[in-house]
Amino acid sequence: MRIHCPLCGTRDRREFYYYGSDDYLRRPEPGAAIEAWDDHLHLRDNPAGVTRDIWYHETGCAQWLRVTRNTVTHDVLATELVAMIKDKSKGAAT
Amino acid sequence: MPELIAKRALPGKEPFVRLGTTLAEAPLVQMTSLALFPGQEKAVNKALKPLGLQFPAPGEAVVKDDIALLWTGREQAFLIGVAAPAMGGSAAATDQSDAWVHLTLSGPQAVEVLARYVPMDLRLTAFAVNRVARTPLYHMSAVIHRTGDDSFRVMVFRSMAQTAWHDLSTALDTLAARAPRA
Repeated sequence: MRIHCPLCGTRDRREFYYYGSDDYLRRPEPGAAIEAWDDHLHLRDNPAGVTRDIWYHETGCAQWLRVTRNTVTHDVLATELVAMIKDKSKGAAT
Repeated sequence: MPELIAKRALPGKEPFVRLGTTLAEAPLVQMTSLALFPGQEKAVNKALKPLGLQFPAPGEAVVKDDIALLWTGREQAFLIGVAAPAMGGSAAATDQSDAWVHLTLSGPQAVEVLARYVPMDLRLTAFAVNRVARTPLYHMSAVIHRTGDDSFRVMVFRSMAQTAWHDLSTALDTLAARAPRA
């Protein structure tokens, strides 16, 4: 498996560290209801198909990436730098 | 202030030569990390202009004579071989001179040696002269700069100098053991 880093180019999977769903980018407001925090921390979809998650280019450029990939075909469809995502509330996996 | 003596990371190590390929420790040079403050691209290039350099694009090295500016991360580069100029608030400059070891690997087997440890294509067709990569060297974080068709600058943290030397020299030795006898 290879992942395209927007800065470094296509690199081997072993350079990356998997963090989790890109739900982590959409943090509830500090005063949000307990249910919102519960959802944010614990409740995950497990789609057969397109999913988005967060990877860290650990032994490369040390940037966090949002990777859109397909869990059925293993295609990596898109990658972007988390630092460059302006509105993190958008782009939830559908 | 006491006068401190700069010591090489690998004192006493002679260049290691096999199959016309040489592994050596480069002389100690001054090195400064330049980390851009937001939106300061123009200002940083202005500060670098007296050196004849400009801030490198991702994965690239800007080289002028003995001075090199290597891209080492998003909005970050290492200035090698010269004291950092006044950055005028455009970038955070931190001295890295004694934090890294610079190894040079040059000769016809250089790519073959690195291919044993580095999970990316370093052949000339894929990794041209003055390309730079941050990538693992075996299990070590490294910065690899292609300085010529057959030569590389390999940088690892100074604390890993012995390990990097061991790994690279072992690969050269095993390649030499496989080579057909003349």
